[in-house]
Amino acid sequence: MEQFMQQVINGLSLGSIYALIALGYTMVYGIIKLINFAHCDVYMIGAYVGYACMTFLHLGLIPSLCISMLACMILGVVIEKVAYKPLRNATRIAALITAIGVSYLLEYGMMYFVKADVRTYPPLEGILSQSFHIGGVTLKAMQILIVAVTVVLMILLQIIVKKTRIGKAMRATSQDQDAAELMGINVNTTISFTFALGSALAGAAGILVGVYYNSIDPLMGFLPGLKAFVAAVFGGIGVIPGAMIGGYFIGIVETFVSGYGSSMYKDAIVFAILIIVLIVKPSGLLGKATREKV
Amino acid sequence: MLEIKDLNVHFGVIHALKGISLTVNNGEIVTLIGANGAGKTTTLRTISGLKKATSGQILLDGNDITALSAQDRVKMGMSQVPEGRRVFTDMTVLENLELGAYLRRDRAGIKQDLEMVYDRFPRLADRRRQIAGTLSGGEQQMLAMGRALMSRPKILFLDEPSMGLAPLLVAEIFDIIKEINKSGTTILLVEQNASMALQIANRAYVMETGSIVLSGTGEELAQSDDIKKAYLGG
Repeated sequence: MEQFMQQVINGLSLGSIYALIALGYTMVYGIIKLINFAHCDVYMIGAYVGYACMTFLHLGLIPSLCISMLACMILGVVIEKVAYKPLRNATRIAALITAIGVSYLLEYGMMYFVKADVRTYPPLEGILSQSFHIGGVTLKAMQILIVAVTVVLMILLQIIVKKTRIGKAMRATSQDQDAAELMGINVNTTISFTFALGSALAGAAGILVGVYYNSIDPLMGFLPGLKAFVAAVFGGIGVIPGAMIGGYFIGIVETFVSGYGSSMYKDAIVFAILIIVLIVKPSGLLGKATREKV
Repeated sequence: MLEIKDLNVHFGVIHALKGISLTVNNGEIVTLIGANGAGKTTTLRTISGLKKATSGQILLDGNDITALSAQDRVKMGMSQVPEGRRVFTDMTVLENLELGAYLRRDRAGIKQDLEMVYDRFPRLADRRRQIAGTLSGGEQQMLAMGRALMSRPKILFLDEPSMGLAPLLVAEIFDIIKEINKSGTTILLVEQNASMALQIANRAYVMETGSIVLSGTGEELAQSDDIKKAYLGG
C-alpha cells in the first residue's frame, strides 16, 4: 500500500510535466492540424532559460518560472511566424517535415551554444528542499510545487479558453477557420496566441523538470516530448482536457511500471499504449471521430 | 452600396471568375443564380475576403475594399452566411451568436441584438444552451443567419440558404430573408433554387461558368424563356 501511494505521488508529479507539454501539442494541433515536433525543444529551451536565471542571476524559482515561460512564449510565436506561417496553405506533410527540421535546429543550435554537457541546477534551499514523511510515503516539497503550479496553470488555461474573447476566437478558429474569419476573427493573431500559450506551458514544464531532476542537456526534450505526444493522442489530440488526463495517465503508468516491474520497460510500455490507442480508438479518450467534410 | 467591377479570380491555373461586374443598391434584395460550379460561391468568398481577387475592384459605399482583410470588411458592415451554414458545432447556440458580435464592444447593443435574433428565430431562443451540432439543418440555418445578423451588417450575403432543407422550411427561411430586408438590411442572395430566389429579389444576375450572362429584375428573369428552360424546369 505504501509502495502504491508512493508511485501515485511520483506519477502525479511526472504526469504534470507530461500534461503541461501535451497541452501545447494538442492546442497547436487543434488550431492548425500540425504536430509541432519542435514543441519538445521549446520545453528544453525553457529549462535552459530557467537554469540561466537561477544560476547566473540568482533569481528565485517563481521569478525564474515566469521569465522562462515568457521566453518560450516569444520563441513559440517566432517559430510559428518564421517556419509554419509561410506553409499555411502547403501540404500537411511539408509543415510536418519543417517541424522536425525546426526541432533539430533548436537541439543542435543549443548544443553549439551551451555544449552537449549535462548541466545541473543549483541545489534547492529552504522549504523547497524539504521532504515530508507520512507513514512510509515520502512527499517532496518540489513534487507538491510541481502539481500545484500545473493545476494553477491548467485552471488559468481553462479560464482563458472558455471565458475570454481570444479564447473564444481560438475555439472558433480550431473548429472552422473560414467561418471564424467571417466573424471578423483575426486568424493569424489567434494562431500566434495559441503558440504563445502552448509554449509558455512547455517553458514551465522545462524549468520544473530542471529543478526536480536537477540535470538538463540539449537533447532532454526528445523523449518527454514523444511521451507527451502519446499523452495528447491518448486523450484525443486537439482536446484540451484530453491532454491533461492523458499526461497524468502516462505519468502514472510510467512510474508504476518502474516501481512494480522494471524501469527498463517504462518507455516501451508508453509506446505500446500509443499503438493500442491507435488501433482501438484512434480519436483518443475524449476525441470525437471526425468525418472529412465533403 | 456594393459595386463589383471586372472581378477576376483564379484557383491556380483555373480562371474561376472571368471579369464579373455587378451592383447591389441600398435596400435591395439582389440574387445571383446559376448552376453548380458557375462561380457563385467564389464570388461571395471573394467579396467577403476569404479569397483574393487576381484583378478588379470591390467597392463598398464607394470605398475600395479589394485589398482589405476579411476582418476589416466585417468591421465595415458586411456579413456572410456561408454555404453549408458552417455553425461552430461544438459550441452552444448562445456562444455562436456571441461570436457573430465578435468585433463589437457595445454590450448593451449586443444584448439588444441578441433579443432581436431570438424574436426573429424563436426556436433558437428555446435552444440557447444547446450545442449547435445537435440542431436540425433548418435550425442551423437560422443560427447561421442569426449569427451573421449579430454584427449589425449593412449588407448581408447569403450563400444557398435553402440547401438541404424541406420545402416548408425553405419558405420560412425566405420569409425571414424578406423581413430582414424590410428592417433595413441590403441583401445579396446566392441560390440554386432560382424560382424561390427570383420571387423575392428586386434584381437578379445569372452566372454561367465564371461569367454573368444575364441580368434584370426578378420578374423579368422569372418570365424569361431562357431562364425557365435552364433553371425553372420548363
